[in-house]
Amino acid sequence: MNLHTLTVHQLRDKLRAGDVSSREATQSLLDRIQAVDGRLKAYLWLNAEHALAQADAMDRGGIARSERLLGGVPIAIKDVINVEGQPCTCGSKILKGHTSVYDATVVHHLRQAGAVLLGRTNMDEFAMGSSTENSSWGVTHNPWDLERIPGGSSGGSAAAVAADEAFAALGSDTGGSIRQPASLCGCVGFKPTYGRVSRFGLVAFASSLDQIGPFTKDVPDCAVMMRVLAGHDRNDSTSVPQPVPDYAAELWKGVKGLRIGLPKEYFIDGMDREVEAAVRAAIRKLQELGAEIVEISLPHTDYAVAVYYLIATAEASANLARFDGVRYGARVTGDDVIDMYARTRGAGFGPEVKRRIILGTYALSAGYYDAYYLRAQKVRTLIRQDFERAFEKCDAIVTPTSPEIAFRIGEKTDDPLRMYLSDIFTISANLAGICGVSIPCGFTTNPRLPIGLQVLGRSFGEETVLRVAHAYEQATEWHTQKPGL
Amino acid sequence: MSEGTGTFDISYVAHLARMHLTEAEKATISAQLKDILAYVEKLNQLDVSNVEPTAHAMPLTNVFRKDEARDSIDPAKVFANAPEQARDLFIVAKIVE
Repeated sequence: MNLHTLTVHQLRDKLRAGDVSSREATQSLLDRIQAVDGRLKAYLWLNAEHALAQADAMDRGGIARSERLLGGVPIAIKDVINVEGQPCTCGSKILKGHTSVYDATVVHHLRQAGAVLLGRTNMDEFAMGSSTENSSWGVTHNPWDLERIPGGSSGGSAAAVAADEAFAALGSDTGGSIRQPASLCGCVGFKPTYGRVSRFGLVAFASSLDQIGPFTKDVPDCAVMMRVLAGHDRNDSTSVPQPVPDYAAELWKGVKGLRIGLPKEYFIDGMDREVEAAVRAAIRKLQELGAEIVEISLPHTDYAVAVYYLIATAEASANLARFDGVRYGARVTGDDVIDMYARTRGAGFGPEVKRRIILGTYALSAGYYDAYYLRAQKVRTLIRQDFERAFEKCDAIVTPTSPEIAFRIGEKTDDPLRMYLSDIFTISANLAGICGVSIPCGFTTNPRLPIGLQVLGRSFGEETVLRVAHAYEQATEWHTQKPGL
Repeated sequence: MSEGTGTFDISYVAHLARMHLTEAEKATISAQLKDILAYVEKLNQLDVSNVEPTAHAMPLTNVFRKDEARDSIDPAKVFANAPEQARDLFIVAKIVE
């Protein structure tokens, strides 16, 4: 039985009815991974015996047949989120051999929901990148074209879900690291509102921007995952004590009467023509479904990448100071303790991480703090205010997720600035703290590669975003298309 | 900001970051950062004199919790990840004479 092609909700129906076991579902995925992951390299770590033992426990304990939201469902985890007893390297050789000593809060939630914690997915080192090429362990390949990148930084999770190597996966999104790879691989990727999902146990990159979110095959699965992941956590003081809605119950409300904003700044020169055409067609579809389309303006959009690369690198330079060879990770000995830190970090970090730590250190250093970091934080306020004003006129905002389709492996590795600009449509949501999703909205013709539609919502407006995404998904077939591996 | 880009001293910043860089890395990163710093100059086009900075998107202040004793992580698991340890202590190079 080809169980691996099912969505989470389809699998749950079968598990609940007792038609299949968690072991069978897990074995089906393991077989699929065995067949295709040699070409994709989405997984960094997987232990079949360990996964099947968890599945057996779900079957024996009656959890797979229970009403638990993810009872018996195997889930893949980005290698930046701690799962006790499993390796966690953040895609970096500085953490080679590191074993997590505790569960992240989201992992605790997954366990409570009955999930099988299947394996660890590839990523750009410390989530810094847009292509997964910055992983110390090699690049993940796009399931639609193996010569191309899957996006990043959560490229392994996106490729795994798109290629039916996982029913769903976790990623993290600091500047688009869930939405952009979802767009480029043709699956659903959700970035929750800042504070909606606990980051306890997520290895920090930029703490004022990071959020954990799900990759799924369709929008109903996304609603289920968000229900499991969201909620206040006393271990994360930035998580917000607000009740978690039943997202799945909101899905069917349709878009009739909703005002959908189109920001003129997101339809730019130099955007791939087929991407623009697909997004415009999606907008017409939403209009047909009863949404009111309104023109809006987000006037500071053009400054978002500059703001992001100062704030994110500054925060990263502080967060990554912990990798110094003392308590965990690799160590390179030196003449004294300072020399040991420097040699350990020089040997352990890859080029992109070094570049960003240097930039962030510079932006925070004496004499430059006001000119770079403080100024960026002020422009961040202007970007946040743009969205506040826009959401007075509309209930959701629709844009392309990325101005382009998946690019070729190696195409942008020598030009970091060009790489950074590929996040131009996703970064603002992190700066403003709002939520957003990427869903499939078409394909380019030659080569045939997925195109993503981004739906952005107000802070804690997850229900509205999912409603819009679901209405569109119900009216189209894009999410059912599979890569020919 | 413009006065900053002219005086970028990679060796000094690398020292602040406790990061050993080879001469080749210093040259590459310096050149790339020059481009990036030139790009972020665009932030100077905006008048931000009356704008408050945003440090966090969700301004929560004074987040307190009860001071309760909780279980902590088993030291044996923690030290299993240490590069060098003995008797539940991390071993580092001597830092005082």
